[in-house]
Amino acid sequence: MDFSYTEVQQMLQDSVQKFVQKSYDFDTRNEIIGSETGYSADNWQLFAELGWLAVPFSEEHGGLGGSAVDLMVIMEEFGKANLVEPYTATAVLGGSLVANLATGEQKETLLGGIIGGELQIAPAMAEPNGRYNPASVATTATADGDQIILNGTKIAVENGPNADTLLVSARESGEIRDVEGISVFAVEARSPGVKIRKYRTVDGKQAAEVTLDHVSVAASNRLGDAGAALPGIESALNRSIVAVSAEAVGALEVLLQKTVEYSKTRKQFGTAIGTFQALQHRMADMFIQCQLARSIVIMAAMSLDSDDSPAEKAKAVAAAKSRVGKAIKSVGQEAIQIHGGIAMTEELDVGHLFKRVTALDLAYGDGDYHTQRFAAL
Amino acid sequence: MNADFTAEELAFQEEVREFLQNEFPTDLKAKVDASVRLDKDDMVRWQKILFKKGWAAPTWPVEYGGTGWSHTKTHIFATEMGLYGAPEPIPFGMKMVAPVIMAYGSEEQKQRFLPEILESNVWWCQGYSEPNAGSDLASLKTAAVREGDEYVVNGSKTWNTLGQYADWIFCLVRTDNTVKKQEGISFLLIDMKTPGITIKPIVLLDGFPEVNGVFFDNVRVPAENLIGEENKGWTYAKVLLTHERTNIAGVPRGKRRLKALKRIAEETEDGFGASMLENASFKQRLAEIEIELQALEYSELRTLAALSVGKAPGPESSILKIVGTELAQKMDEMFVELAGYNCLPFVPEQFEPGFDGDAIGPGDSASAALTYFNNRKLSIFGGSNEIQRNIITKAVLGL
Repeated sequence: MDFSYTEVQQMLQDSVQKFVQKSYDFDTRNEIIGSETGYSADNWQLFAELGWLAVPFSEEHGGLGGSAVDLMVIMEEFGKANLVEPYTATAVLGGSLVANLATGEQKETLLGGIIGGELQIAPAMAEPNGRYNPASVATTATADGDQIILNGTKIAVENGPNADTLLVSARESGEIRDVEGISVFAVEARSPGVKIRKYRTVDGKQAAEVTLDHVSVAASNRLGDAGAALPGIESALNRSIVAVSAEAVGALEVLLQKTVEYSKTRKQFGTAIGTFQALQHRMADMFIQCQLARSIVIMAAMSLDSDDSPAEKAKAVAAAKSRVGKAIKSVGQEAIQIHGGIAMTEELDVGHLFKRVTALDLAYGDGDYHTQRFAAL
Repeated sequence: MNADFTAEELAFQEEVREFLQNEFPTDLKAKVDASVRLDKDDMVRWQKILFKKGWAAPTWPVEYGGTGWSHTKTHIFATEMGLYGAPEPIPFGMKMVAPVIMAYGSEEQKQRFLPEILESNVWWCQGYSEPNAGSDLASLKTAAVREGDEYVVNGSKTWNTLGQYADWIFCLVRTDNTVKKQEGISFLLIDMKTPGITIKPIVLLDGFPEVNGVFFDNVRVPAENLIGEENKGWTYAKVLLTHERTNIAGVPRGKRRLKALKRIAEETEDGFGASMLENASFKQRLAEIEIELQALEYSELRTLAALSVGKAPGPESSILKIVGTELAQKMDEMFVELAGYNCLPFVPEQFEPGFDGDAIGPGDSASAALTYFNNRKLSIFGGSNEIQRNIITKAVLGL
């Protein structure tokens, strides 16, 4: 048994840490958020050059192996930096959808573009009434000769404003929550009938509401076989859930660390507030929450890298998201409370991290949703 | 033992309900229901309607234009306002500085300030906290030095709520450095237009500059604006803080929000084929909230009953503050849970007055995350919940 990182994973962690220290401080991040695109294209090119965009993919797909533990290493560091670049949207969820579902030819074009840093992807999965169930797809795909006509509304489309290609889940047959009948289509973001209503999210990322009004795509834009996409979607979501959970673990760690530091310097009643036992115990609890969250994300990542059955993997991932959700609420809220008013302001990074972890709690299903999923699996 | 209202109190309850239905402006009601922030004009307009009715200052004595209501009638009024969604008066003038002026101000100060507060002609703000004096408020440093018939004020205040609207600020200032920290503090009223005052907005996590830093650079304040005696300000301030904590339980607002939670839950799918209202886990947590709200309500009523027989509000108000704020925050979490992805768009301007664009997401849900973030303040301000627990351990448990 050995939970230490391999030499390669260690190098990956070092390289992300160096980048963050050198080029991603609080002010820089704020500038990036305020820029036209809301992310840095220079950073994105650097991610490609450093091979980070290849981390999620197997060697046969031109990647660096595609281990979930590798992904965990990189995401944790991104979480610490509160990074806004659309790594999860393009390289993790987008890339995994392509890797899981696409034909050889599609993979070559799309994965090549992702790994090379030339292609931005926005997975368009969630719908106004679907909540977090990927089978709850009301968007329709209707054959019209060689073309497929797409109609529907997608919400919370991360990276929607900057995407070249949308990956849209749509129903070709069956009823709203049927397992069969769902396909994923690659849709050019500038296609006629695609309306992208962009917004900034509460945690500083770019997203959009996307409506598809008689959008016509060639049947060859369908990733893989008709109506058979759900297992591939679920597997891509599992990987994305591990990614955002690891991101949360990184962010929570920083929230803990900053809270402890602050409690040592903030003086009230003539002494540092960190000397009050009531607060010490609460920070000890924050530490425990961080450790449990880390442990269960490692468990889930290792499950994805093992030959566990799809059901076992799904259950490990649900457990991780559920437990991390609990840690997010307690560590996030305590970090604000122990800091006091100053953490309520935009001026301190603590509040921004709190907002990020709150959004990560909702990403691909909140803690309670995954607890119920765990119970049902 | 009974918790019934008398026939007269029931008739009064009916009168308040009718008044709210007829007189609370429909445009303000629409804003409240859509989670749109009320601006200064909105709040002043409503307060003037209450003034016309003679209900502007429920807790003031009749001699100053108050209603002279019993504690129970005041409670009924606050409850009906909260249930209907009508905003309470902005507390800084009406509920904070006015009781201090009544208790410790000179006759001239009473004449000068109280009628303007009652009519909502003057907007007050609070100058208590400082960057290094939060929970330990008595360690404040903003200094007022007497020069002839003026005080010269230097220093800074923070967490000054809605000071951008304010005409006057009431401040705790240090007038003596040589004594125990509580004994060198004075209570000073300062016109915000006085030269040397600058105000710097502080943007909170929901994107709104709800609070400010206020900076004093050789601000000359007439000595006649001192309340009571020099160096007695801490005593006066404590009176004010007790008033700040009344109605803090927020039971009526909690009931209104519980109703909203149920309505949204009914309209939201749980992802497993049922609505969130039918979802076993959510249903259980909703029930827990409702039960807690009932326990809180009866705790408030017990406090109220004690007040009615002449007992002063004591550490009970700490219970109400802690439980009320933490329950409100629990509800905030549930609004976020129901909203899911719908609360991720950061479009704060759609909750500002005058927004006429196309809103993203349903109102209740779209504001859920911003409210969740903003309401983390509830357990921090007005004496943090840690301070409230200290009060209970000391004053009740004798530890």
